[in-house]
Amino acid sequence: MQNKNWKAWLYLLPAIAFLGVFMVYPLVDVFVYSFEEGYNSTSQTFWGTGLYNYSYVLHDPYFLQAVKNTFILVIITVPVSTGLALLISVGLNSIKPLRELYQTVFFLPYVTNTLAVGLVFMILFKKTAYSDGLINLLIHFFGGQSIDFIDGPYWAKMLVMCIYTVWVVMPFKILILTSALASVRQDYYNAAKIDGTSKWRTFTRITLPMISPMIFYLIITGFIGAFKAYSDEVAIFGTDLNAAGMNTIVGYVYDMLYGDSGGYPSFASAAALILFAIVLTITVINLMISKKNVQY
Amino acid sequence: MKVVLQHLTKRFPSRSKKGEEVTAVSDFTFEIPDGKLIGLLGPSGCGKSTTLNLICGLETPTSGHIFFGEDDVTRLPPENRGVGLVFQNYALYPHLTVRQNILFPLQNLKGSEKLSKQVMLEKAEEAARLVQIEKLMDRKPSQLSGGQQQRVAIARALVKMPRVLLLDEPLSNLDARLRLQTREEIRRIQRETGITTIFVTHDQEEAMSISDLIVVMKDGIVNQIGKPQNVYDEPCNLFVAKFLGTPPINVFSGEVRGGVLYIGEDGVLSVKGVSDRKVFVGVRPEGFLLEAAGPLSCQLQAVEVMGRDRSVVSTHPAAQSETIRSIIPSEVQIDQSRDFVRFALKPAKVHLFDAESEERIPFTV
Repeated sequence: MQNKNWKAWLYLLPAIAFLGVFMVYPLVDVFVYSFEEGYNSTSQTFWGTGLYNYSYVLHDPYFLQAVKNTFILVIITVPVSTGLALLISVGLNSIKPLRELYQTVFFLPYVTNTLAVGLVFMILFKKTAYSDGLINLLIHFFGGQSIDFIDGPYWAKMLVMCIYTVWVVMPFKILILTSALASVRQDYYNAAKIDGTSKWRTFTRITLPMISPMIFYLIITGFIGAFKAYSDEVAIFGTDLNAAGMNTIVGYVYDMLYGDSGGYPSFASAAALILFAIVLTITVINLMISKKNVQY
Repeated sequence: MKVVLQHLTKRFPSRSKKGEEVTAVSDFTFEIPDGKLIGLLGPSGCGKSTTLNLICGLETPTSGHIFFGEDDVTRLPPENRGVGLVFQNYALYPHLTVRQNILFPLQNLKGSEKLSKQVMLEKAEEAARLVQIEKLMDRKPSQLSGGQQQRVAIARALVKMPRVLLLDEPLSNLDARLRLQTREEIRRIQRETGITTIFVTHDQEEAMSISDLIVVMKDGIVNQIGKPQNVYDEPCNLFVAKFLGTPPINVFSGEVRGGVLYIGEDGVLSVKGVSDRKVFVGVRPEGFLLEAAGPLSCQLQAVEVMGRDRSVVSTHPAAQSETIRSIIPSEVQIDQSRDFVRFALKPAKVHLFDAESEERIPFTV
């Protein structure tokens, strides 16, 4: 028995070593940093321990702006993208001709580089010396005033950001939902048909419950993904997100470490742990709701 | 409600462009009397499930008509036909309780047919009582055994009191013991409700044991319709004779010469009224009599004890199958020291079929 245990640990050693060095140690370190006040990374010194870092971060207007941006992004894009993906998947599932073509088209954003997609959005929305962007041309065509979506009012920038995020996360959701829909057995639909079930009732009482585990999976991963948003913002608004007023929590963490105002690992750690607490809370709530609603 | 099928034909387009159409059901004409239990029987791919789908409306026929009573339902969608269908795998909604499953068809009713909650619950209870699952109403399908799920499926199909009840391979997902019990249950429920019931099966024993009438199909064509005993006693052709009965009928190639049936060189039976020709001879396992001076001599292979009877396995050069299986009551002594047995044949258990057309040839002893 002893011998066997020894062998088991030997087999586990590579994984444990890597996880320990590259995950557990940094995680602990982040936790420690967040309580070390006035930590200087060059001299490796600090002058006290306490909650000052958290207090600083929570009073930093840039951080509060980032939290606000992140929450708006999450609250808008998760339901919208999941709902739209469901709509499109149901549509895809009920048409026969050209289904594969549509599937390919909807899946394209998933395999496209984030920055390339960002460029496309620039062409659509950005004002340059030569053009106002495609969307502004359309607005003009319908007799509206042109809007600067990239450097203009907050709501315009947020709109672009939301459209962009929804567009980027949708392919994966469509992929998951179309396969979930396809895996609902035809027998259930036949049984419903013979019983004279209306189309809407078939959808709400049979299709939705059947694919509900997948929908909840998408909502949970969607929340987590949206809370971690950062690279998409950079793709559209450039690296100085604070100046654009479009920073996110992850963006704030990055700026604290490496940005112009960088060199503050303690503040970054505190912000990262606050984000962790938020994501954990939301995920636990999500799981509790899904346990109640997904029941077979 | 009587069900009338008139020249019912269903052809499916081929998958590839050049391939030929597949005829699943061909020119099926039959009047199912009111309140009877009908077994549609045949090997897999014979079109029996397609026939069921045509009757319930999940498929529309290429040509022909279906009447429920006097109503032509050929072009009606399934929900307007008033049928109940029990699926092979039951198709119970896994996220709903037994009660919700049974209520589901009732909740679909609209307009003047709409029922109050109280009436719906009463009807569901009634259907549950009929199939004896009233104690399981709050369980989920996953918490039920196969037999219980089957009952729930039947209750769901019956709750709207359909004009016709259809069952697709109702017993195929159950183990042997449960199968026996459930088939009697189906018979009882059918008798109690008096609903015309059609069920599909590939198991001839199942069909024979509970049906009022059986329909034997092969390759989309109805071969024979009749009471189970009649079809068994007078199969119209070699296929039907082979398909019905366990153990299956033993087939020999033989010849009729001068009113005597020869198997190999043994003249085994006098058959009057049959002109000289080559024939297939079908002998039911219970049609063999062990006699010391019997005309048919076979190589003895083994004797299997089955309790009430014994099964004698032997071989004969003229037999179509490798072994001949005959059933002998256990009181009869079998001399197993010799390597051959001699049989006499019971004329009623012997069927002659034309060697070319495989149609049955009647004869008198």
